[in-house]
Amino acid sequence: MSLSKDQVKRIAMLARLELTEAEYAESVKKLNSIVDFVDQLSQADTRDVVPMAHPLHATQRLRADDVTETDDRDYFQKNAATVSDGLYLVPKVIE
Amino acid sequence: MSSGGEQLYAQSMAELAAGLEQGDFTSVELAESLLARIGEADAKLNAFITVTVDEALAAAANADKARAAGKAGPLNGLPIIHKDIFCTRGVKTTCGSRMLDNFVAPYDATVVAKLAAAGAVVLGKSNMDEFAMGSSNETSYFGPVRNPWNLEYSPGGSSGGSSAAVAARLAPAATGTDTGGSIRQPAALTGTVGIKPTYGRVSRYGMIAFASSLDQAGVITRTAEDAARMLGVMAGFDERDSTSIDHPVPDYLGGISQSIEGLRVGIVRQHFDDGLDPKCGERVKEAIATLESLGATTVEVDMPNIDLSVPTYYVVAPAECSSNLSRFDGVRFGHRAEDADDLLELYCRSRGEGFGDEVKRRIMTGTYVLSAGYYDAYYLKAQQVRHLIADDFKKAFADVDVIAGPTSPTPAFRLGDKIDDPITMYLNDIYTIGANLAGLPGISVPCGFVDDLPVGLHLVAAHFAEETLLRCAYQYQQHTDWHKACPEDYQ
Repeated sequence: MSLSKDQVKRIAMLARLELTEAEYAESVKKLNSIVDFVDQLSQADTRDVVPMAHPLHATQRLRADDVTETDDRDYFQKNAATVSDGLYLVPKVIE
Repeated sequence: MSSGGEQLYAQSMAELAAGLEQGDFTSVELAESLLARIGEADAKLNAFITVTVDEALAAAANADKARAAGKAGPLNGLPIIHKDIFCTRGVKTTCGSRMLDNFVAPYDATVVAKLAAAGAVVLGKSNMDEFAMGSSNETSYFGPVRNPWNLEYSPGGSSGGSSAAVAARLAPAATGTDTGGSIRQPAALTGTVGIKPTYGRVSRYGMIAFASSLDQAGVITRTAEDAARMLGVMAGFDERDSTSIDHPVPDYLGGISQSIEGLRVGIVRQHFDDGLDPKCGERVKEAIATLESLGATTVEVDMPNIDLSVPTYYVVAPAECSSNLSRFDGVRFGHRAEDADDLLELYCRSRGEGFGDEVKRRIMTGTYVLSAGYYDAYYLKAQQVRHLIADDFKKAFADVDVIAGPTSPTPAFRLGDKIDDPITMYLNDIYTIGANLAGLPGISVPCGFVDDLPVGLHLVAAHFAEETLLRCAYQYQQHTDWHKACPEDYQ
């Protein structure tokens, strides 16, 4: 199967990536070569094979629901482009 | 300022530790000499994204004080480099990306904290493929790293800054991470030792995530002995990493001197087929013969599904990457597009501008294989094949202690040669990816040269058998001199 430019545009939107026209042309070509390559997997006989979620088949460990971190908000916010009164700012979402 | 007549930069950690202990030189003198060497060499190599001169000198002064007070840690005063994927509090942590060009980590990764507590002195942060996605270091936003064996060639990747720096004698050890071969392949291409431990052996806390079921931290050194020394400090359970495994850490350094008499070495037929450069194959076969001369026996092992490891990886890894990298939204940290009119545009443009081509390609591949209608055909199928591959290894390790083969199908390749064709680049990791899919430890050890470029011997062992890998590599290095070879301009 082969991915069309429209499909690649939809994938880019799902992934929240803005691409230029040149990047779309390149992406269609290269994503198709990757998809063709991974299509080899369809040859494998995987009847009754359990999908592997963890290399050591471990289960997720849960920690006790205790407060263990200290409040470092001001320090963390130094990495944000725009903050105000301890809040992160984004473009207006409600008109 | 020399010990045993050899320049400080040429010495292993073991030799430097002895020199510091005897008072032949101080940690500050050692750090100063390596920082000066980095200042000279790195304009050409581009192995560093950040050199932490002030922090290094302060840490070295502390190490000297600790030694004087009788409180020297196991790595006291020894210089190391961190791959720029590990968060370092107060120091820029870029992951090789424009997305994090302005990111100053607000906390230390567990690996960083553990090495600091042991007394190690961090000289800087090494260059890498963007978000560890690449096998040549050419996807870095900060430009490619050059291979000290030939500046026109790639040092491998993604931990290419770490491998180039250790090969060029800018430091005796550098941390790395390995999702599909990113420690072992650059080690092979630069004539250094690189070990990727068992999945969960070393904490991933503070290590910027690429593919969480595959990522593992490890180290690049010149000797197996130094790798044992470093791993002994880095390994261990960490409650801050929910996938960390609570398994005792053996005395790696103490175990390496034991003989490999009786060690069963497995050989996989597919590792020596058409994809392998025949001259590399010869070097690897000679290395296996050396192991036999040390008392090991070889057995052919059958791994019927191993040929599917690269396609399996290129479904699983992009799927996990697309999920992990969704955190980069231009809001809380990382690159933010200017003057976006609405939130959707802010996300799309910040990510479009902040990520490079290969990272975008992997995010899109991952988004596709996880999307409605394709999940079963790709993601689920790949996780099933992954199980088959892991079972192949499990069966093999019933009969052998290690599997030996080439680390990489060719020696180092020219910068620019493979970057335009993703599949050709992906096939660099054909021999290393299986260990990541199955969560197994692997090591690459220098085993000779082809056309003046280093070749690596790859050894894989059962879960938590790092000790066997380190012992085997150490014994091999006791009987060979490949790891002592130094690129001409860095002697």
